[in-house]
Amino acid sequence: MATTSPGALRRLQDWLPRLVLAPSFALVLVFVYGFIVWTAVLSMSTSRILPVYKWAGFDAYERLFAQPNWWMALKNLAIFGSLYIIVCIALGLFLAILLDQRIRIEGVLRPIYLYPMALSFVVTGTAWKWFLNPGMGFQNTVRGWGWESFTFDWLVRPDMAIYTVAIAGIWQASGFVMAMFLAGLRGIDSEMLKAATVDGASTFTIYRRIVIPLLRPAFLSAVIVLAHMAIKSYDLVIALTGGGPGNATELPSTFMYSYTFTRSQMAVGSASAMIMLMGIAAIMVPYLYSELREEKR
Amino acid sequence: MRKILLAGTAISLLASAGAFAEESVEVLHWWTAGGEAAALNVLKDDLASKDVAWRDMPVAGGSGVQAMTALRARVTAGDPPTAVQMLGFDIRDWAEMGVLGNLDDLAAEQGWAEVIPEAIQAFSKYDDQWIAAPVNVHSTNWLWINKAALDAAGGETPEDMDGLFAMLDAFQEQGITPLAHGGQPWQDGTLWESVVLSRGGMDFYRQAVLEADAEALGGDTMRQVFDDMTKLRSYFDGSFSGRDWNLASAMVIEGQAGAQQMGDWAKGEFLRAEQVPGEDFVCIRFPGTQGSILFNSDQFVMFDLGDEEKRSAQLKMAAAVMDPSFQIAFNTVKGSVPARTDVPDADFDDCGKKGMADLAEAAEAGTLAGSLAHGHGQPSSVKEAVFDVVTQHLNGQISTDEALTRLPQAVAAAQ
Amino acid sequence: MSAREMAIATAAGPSRLNRVVIYGLLLIFAAMYLLPLFVMLTTSFKSLDEIRGGDILALPADPTIQPWLRAWGSACIGVTCDGIKGYFWNSIKMVVPAVLISTALGALNGYVLTKWRFRGHKLVFGLMLFACFIPFQSVLIPMARVLGQLGLSNTTAGLVLVHVVYGIGFTTLFFRNYYEAFPTELIHSAQMDGAGFFTIFRRILLPSSAPIIVVCVIYQFTNIWNDFLFGVSFASGESAPMTVALNNLVASSTGVKEYNVDMAAAVIAALPTLIVYVVAGRYFMRGLMAGAVKG
Repeated sequence: MATTSPGALRRLQDWLPRLVLAPSFALVLVFVYGFIVWTAVLSMSTSRILPVYKWAGFDAYERLFAQPNWWMALKNLAIFGSLYIIVCIALGLFLAILLDQRIRIEGVLRPIYLYPMALSFVVTGTAWKWFLNPGMGFQNTVRGWGWESFTFDWLVRPDMAIYTVAIAGIWQASGFVMAMFLAGLRGIDSEMLKAATVDGASTFTIYRRIVIPLLRPAFLSAVIVLAHMAIKSYDLVIALTGGGPGNATELPSTFMYSYTFTRSQMAVGSASAMIMLMGIAAIMVPYLYSELREEKR
Repeated sequence: MRKILLAGTAISLLASAGAFAEESVEVLHWWTAGGEAAALNVLKDDLASKDVAWRDMPVAGGSGVQAMTALRARVTAGDPPTAVQMLGFDIRDWAEMGVLGNLDDLAAEQGWAEVIPEAIQAFSKYDDQWIAAPVNVHSTNWLWINKAALDAAGGETPEDMDGLFAMLDAFQEQGITPLAHGGQPWQDGTLWESVVLSRGGMDFYRQAVLEADAEALGGDTMRQVFDDMTKLRSYFDGSFSGRDWNLASAMVIEGQAGAQQMGDWAKGEFLRAEQVPGEDFVCIRFPGTQGSILFNSDQFVMFDLGDEEKRSAQLKMAAAVMDPSFQIAFNTVKGSVPARTDVPDADFDDCGKKGMADLAEAAEAGTLAGSLAHGHGQPSSVKEAVFDVVTQHLNGQISTDEALTRLPQAVAAAQ
Repeated sequence: MSAREMAIATAAGPSRLNRVVIYGLLLIFAAMYLLPLFVMLTTSFKSLDEIRGGDILALPADPTIQPWLRAWGSACIGVTCDGIKGYFWNSIKMVVPAVLISTALGALNGYVLTKWRFRGHKLVFGLMLFACFIPFQSVLIPMARVLGQLGLSNTTAGLVLVHVVYGIGFTTLFFRNYYEAFPTELIHSAQMDGAGFFTIFRRILLPSSAPIIVVCVIYQFTNIWNDFLFGVSFASGESAPMTVALNNLVASSTGVKEYNVDMAAAVIAALPTLIVYVVAGRYFMRGLMAGAVKG
């Protein structure tokens, strides 16, 4: 080692960055892409309780799409996902704009909006479940105040339960979206806004015409973050409803978990995982591609 | 030869208790409710007295859902726990994967074959080898009634579905929740299988559930069952969804509710609340099912650990589980009856005595069948498929007609 | 809050009424966000009788710390009744190394991917970034196999490995976006002076990385602390982290559900992440502005 020629040292310097990156990249290749391939293999096997490597073609996929539960899960994801993304963004933007009006107590309010993101649903699920439970929670309290006919029983109604899941999800993530927008707002050149004010534009117009279009990158980041969180939402449902009442709050993630681990249909579970991955790829790959290409300019 | 030697060492180890204080068993279970944990402590203390340390691996939630995930991870990693609480068809599934240890020598030594009912042996053995030690026999077709509410309703226990509805109506008039229920798929399934047994009798249960006969699953008797389920649903309170079973039991204990349909593990909760059978609460077979039993048997499955020291601890645990005095101590706390039939019933309360007598009678008459809801009727894929339909129907997501079309389809698709 | 605020308000343009509306809205939303935490906290100080009889929004009439003591030291989880204190340390032992390792790796990766680019660096980054989005449920079984082969099954070390592996994507993203804006000229001139790869990193990039390190540490800390799925699958039993123990505790009811103890345990489990957010929240925003969110 001590007698390395300058040429070799040079080469080492050239290769060093790649050597530094290599372990992380190798980990990702094995633990993410290797496992995806492995899941793909399982989805075409006859695996039930533990992995079995016997070819079964697309049988598991056929069975998957013949399951009413799977369709329910997809439908719920559509309802939950769109509500979650839209409301989180609307609320996050609204709060960010309000907070951007030189609020003196901003330092107090910001962590209040942000803290739900810091808590796991394993923790807050207990409180939420209790709060939404018609017999003990909010409904009971309001009735106790004298409004006897007040009803808030969404948690136990199969047609409404998915909306309670969305409420809890929005509570958790909207503060984080607010922070992303606030960061974006703070990055906007204030001279430009002053000029617009001088021109006599109303506050509303300034936001609609100038500020919000400038926030486009923050919108995009928010959509991506929320979309992948919606698809991966799992402990939210488990903590609140366990997928019930009936199968009213089944999501693809809970579907996959139960088919793989409790229903001994590992191949079907793996097939649903592959479909989920394809869904995520359909959102992420175009985004990543355009983001990374743009930078070149 | 090696095996015999091994078992020999294990038994001599048993004799010289105290020699190996280092021994320990790691036990995966989901018995975290009060009565269950108390029963498990009996085993823990018993093993401690034999110098085997207990390393607890509780994984709570959803009747073992997460526990089975944790187990899969451990087995896949090649590092299974010493012993795992398991039920029915799951035991067969794991045995089929060839990962379980063999308990034949210990079983032969202690004569398990003579004292365990055939129906239970069917799940403790695979390929004619003992792979699990049965702790108890639970039966699921019980009804637990608050005595005060029953007395106010005339004091007569119902004998059939109509009698049940009449009693629930009377409870309704008293202003309490007539039927305490927890809206989780397995609890819905437990209620459903009792109604199936009540309406159709044991032959119908066998045909529809155990043989998964499509005609029976979509036929007129089943229509009656689903209609009954709809009617029973009207006796629940408003926030039953997702409630744990022991909280439903607590409603009966506190008199907020009149009755609960649940397996005999519910008795553990009554006893812990210092209630006395016959005085504070009444246990009867689910109306219309007297004489038949839907059972499930908790067993400790021993995994093949390939390590002699661990195996010796494992055999000690299996021996302790099968010990008659332990079976009495454990089951009086847990609410179940011993898996061994040669155990005297003197220490059991009235419900326990009734349970033991019913079990013996049903085993004799051939009216003892595995409970679907608790993994002794069908493999878990079929069980969950039935749960899907039953729970969606009970929650009003699908009509009775749809349920009758869906049920045979779902069962066929899961097989 | 008078003269100065008025001055600010008039300077900003909107009328005083507007200010009232804005503050009103902000405070109403703050109350809504705080509600679950408020319920958890007040419930944890109530006696069971009060919970049963009372209103969930009411303050405890007769505050007691008994539930907290029980949750910490004597509540039953399975057959042992030692509360959740042991599991708290399990979580610490898991979180600290996992956060440090994944942050360090992310910083180095970000450095290489922005300042020492090679052909295909975008593809490498894209592949690492996509890895953030894999549903974790699908990697449980193969991961268990790998952990078993490494002899790390059911250990805290195994859990650290899992969290590092699935955290790298995010940490790399944070540092890459941050270093992207860092002037490359500085690096070049340092190279001219003969500084090597690590010297440049240590002397030039690291000293100005504080905001992004804070973001990264907060993000990883909360994610790993809150993880339930990996914990329950790979470390049940003695090495179980806090969230798994909490789940067991909440399910270990003895007929009467001790809501106050459950809530106290939940607050204890949430305390570290809450403190991190409240104490470091300001730096978190600063870091976000400094480049975690591009905009």
